[in-house]
Amino acid sequence: MADVNITLDGKKLTAPAGTLLIEACKNAGIEVPSFCYYPGFSLQGACRMCLVKIEKVPKLQTACTTVIGEGMIVTTDSPEIHQARKSMVELLLGNHPLDCPVCDAGGECELQDMTFAYGAAESKYIDIKNHREEQQWSPVVYFDRPRCILCYRCVRVCGEGMDVWALGIQNRGVASVIAPNKEDHLECEECGMCIDICPVGALTSGAYRYKTRPWEMKHIDTTCTHCGDGCRTTLGVRRADTGIEIVRGDNRDKSGINGDFLCIKGRYAFDFVDNEQRIKQPLIRKDGRLTPSSWEEAFELIGRRFAEICGREGGRAIGVIGSSKTSNEENYLLQKFARVVLGTNNIDHHRTGDFPAFARALAGKLDATASMRDVFKAPAMLVIGNDPTNQHPLLAWQIRNNVRLHRSRLYVINSQPIKLRRQATAFAHIPAGSEAKLVALLAGDDSVLDVLVSENTPREALLSLRDRLRGEQNLVIIFGAELRGEEMARLVKVGSAVSGAKFVCLGDYANSRGAADMGLYPDLLPGYLPVTQGKTFREEWGGLPDAPGLTIPQMVDAAKAGQLKALYVVGANPVARFNIDPFAFAKSFVVMQDMFLTETALIADVVLPGANAYEKSGTFTNTCGDLQLLRKAGEVTGTKPDFEIIVRIAERMGFDVRKLVPFGGGMWADMGQSRGAQSGEADRHSVWLEAHGLETKLSPFDPMAILDEIQRLVPGYHVSRRTLLSGTDQHTRIGGPGILHNPELIVPANDDLFTSGTLGRYSRALNSVLENQRRKPVETEVAAD
Amino acid sequence: MKLSDQFEQRFHAMINHYPTKRSVLVPSLLYAQDELGYLTDELIAEMAQRLDLTDLEIRNVISYYSMLTTQPRGKFNVQVCTNIACMLRGGEEILDHCKRKLGIGHKGTTRDGLFSLEEVECIGACSWAPAAQVNYDFHENLTPERMNEVLQDYRRKVHQQENC
Repeated sequence: MADVNITLDGKKLTAPAGTLLIEACKNAGIEVPSFCYYPGFSLQGACRMCLVKIEKVPKLQTACTTVIGEGMIVTTDSPEIHQARKSMVELLLGNHPLDCPVCDAGGECELQDMTFAYGAAESKYIDIKNHREEQQWSPVVYFDRPRCILCYRCVRVCGEGMDVWALGIQNRGVASVIAPNKEDHLECEECGMCIDICPVGALTSGAYRYKTRPWEMKHIDTTCTHCGDGCRTTLGVRRADTGIEIVRGDNRDKSGINGDFLCIKGRYAFDFVDNEQRIKQPLIRKDGRLTPSSWEEAFELIGRRFAEICGREGGRAIGVIGSSKTSNEENYLLQKFARVVLGTNNIDHHRTGDFPAFARALAGKLDATASMRDVFKAPAMLVIGNDPTNQHPLLAWQIRNNVRLHRSRLYVINSQPIKLRRQATAFAHIPAGSEAKLVALLAGDDSVLDVLVSENTPREALLSLRDRLRGEQNLVIIFGAELRGEEMARLVKVGSAVSGAKFVCLGDYANSRGAADMGLYPDLLPGYLPVTQGKTFREEWGGLPDAPGLTIPQMVDAAKAGQLKALYVVGANPVARFNIDPFAFAKSFVVMQDMFLTETALIADVVLPGANAYEKSGTFTNTCGDLQLLRKAGEVTGTKPDFEIIVRIAERMGFDVRKLVPFGGGMWADMGQSRGAQSGEADRHSVWLEAHGLETKLSPFDPMAILDEIQRLVPGYHVSRRTLLSGTDQHTRIGGPGILHNPELIVPANDDLFTSGTLGRYSRALNSVLENQRRKPVETEVAAD
Repeated sequence: MKLSDQFEQRFHAMINHYPTKRSVLVPSLLYAQDELGYLTDELIAEMAQRLDLTDLEIRNVISYYSMLTTQPRGKFNVQVCTNIACMLRGGEEILDHCKRKLGIGHKGTTRDGLFSLEEVECIGACSWAPAAQVNYDFHENLTPERMNEVLQDYRRKVHQQENC
């Protein structure tokens, strides 16, 4: 758009036509205070804090609702404006209790800051403040009515942002009050966005309220460990008797791929970490019972048994099951451990998306995958299968807000009337299981129409959908586990006919994609290289087994036949997930590392207390392929990161850990020549080193040493380390030739908003919401605006 | 839910007048309230469904406007203005008189269900203060005696209807 000339506080500036005055001020480095204005949501003009003087306009104007005009001359601060804002604060404080010393928001409250800035500590009002008791609206949302300043942010984020519309305003004038949708409680997605966006302490969270003060915490931004979307969550931590305690999860750092968004799991479901059932000591089965022991004893036993079995029967006799919730470095290390130390390809994990087939379908295509950020910007989106609102909340947010803010066109094809249909330009309701037929239709095969047509979706609707899709450009195509193998390949072929098309293949867990990328497959090396190939890996590692190994079901069969002498389970619960007969492994030596005594512990001979993603550093790859950092936040004494455990087991087997983890490299890589002009500036120097992958890795327990190897060897992971370390997501390319698997090995997690596999079972926040829901009759979803 | 033909006629005529559907909400609620006496839960659900809104949004609007109510009211809603012009010319006396006469307070309803009483803000009849509004009728230049007659007229109207 054409630029407009304006003068702000005497500075002559230009800004694109259509810019809001408040945004123009912000871009010019001038802060105009506001409570109700929030970028990305509808304008409210409720708080009147952003009053500015515009020349030739008699009264002060709200900068948040004024669009800049040619020649506009604006003053943003003057005694008159200062007095106006001070009066606004005084009015807001008319009923606002001054309970800042006990208020959760005290210390990070926008009203507190404004009162401080405008010195509105004195008040002309002598009436008694209107007090109302606090209300609990849901297990996680509390409302303190007198603290509310009626900025409507919560109402807008809930309605416009989340499409939930659970909050509203009742009454008017001085009696106005924020109201939940069900008289005295909320029925919503419990995302907690209203709490995060509240400028004061009116909305507080059940998980955090009255626990601590903001300044007592250290804030660490890391990647959420729940679904496959990879939101950035900021964890507030403080010292505790047991190590470092995580007190709060929120979204104060808005630079992540999730922007303003975080769902209930990212915000509250960190609380599995201090569940009292957490294992904090290694357990060894003695006389049939798991008995507490020392790490030393456990490592000695595992090292000896693994070495014995390897020596006697070879690696074939050991199976390894990895996790979709451990870091890329741990996954890579685990498969390297299996292939190099144990000498076996018997490694698998719980598959939730057909990534090897995805890699195969995309082989040779560049820029064919969409990042989470791309989804928010795409001019058109096609969603086949899955229910993003429940299973991929961030993806749903991106889609919804892309439609709302960018008028993107959304096409939804599903066997269920999923909530995203409300944003859809076209929604095709197809019979369950007919997704493959639909792909055929898109490919031009009209013979499948009879199967797809239903009462809800007539023939013409399907044909017009196809025509519209063919007319799109830069379409992002998102599909769930309904499409696998050849069917997925077909979709990719059809979709690629649309110019600029990009794809997203959905996997369910936080690092499902990472586990697949890192080669937790019996027949695939990292980067989807068949084990029979992989020259670079052979050279690097000095040889590896050629024959594909066993899948999880095959491991069970082998164990039953007495051929699998040992099983090593890292952060997975195969017994419950695959409904395995626990007696199948009666004769095998089973080692498991996890946080809790899951069903798999029933068959374990040694249980090692592992750490979760919030207690380690490393990287995660989300379902779109965005690589992000994990930063260590919490700490529970007695546990160890899976990375360290794997290395120690290898060491106890007598393996030279230098061949497993290439650590120590940074020491000789930097002989001082890299300092140059930076000489003497220790901090900048170390930043530079890190950015170039040269930071010192002094121990074999440093995941960054493995990340070096990953970036060197895994196709698609050669991204900027410097940008990654600065906390920015980096889109990886899905590489390698890929392979077609038996589609039945893919078992979708089917978690919804309030469940998260094993982690969810041990989360108080999620369980309290589920319990609360069970007490109420099922209601249908709310209508859209 | 079943609403009168007249309501439906009006509703369908209005729905195309505005760029967004929700714009017809307030007039529709007024017409419905005239028919039903007050805005029932059933009606709120019906309007939410027709206009693609949530029940909460409909309730937000209802609670904003004092002339919309979700509580049953008497057949005649006596609204006495006590804003400044009326107050200066005896509006509060009129209100007190009504309270005594009807034996009810602000927002009360007589036991026979005939009258409700409400103290309201300006009804735009300042030139003829003090004024009161009974349903859609204005009564101006009131005195306690005049107010008695007004109330009596409404009683009589009902009796007449009952008798014929």
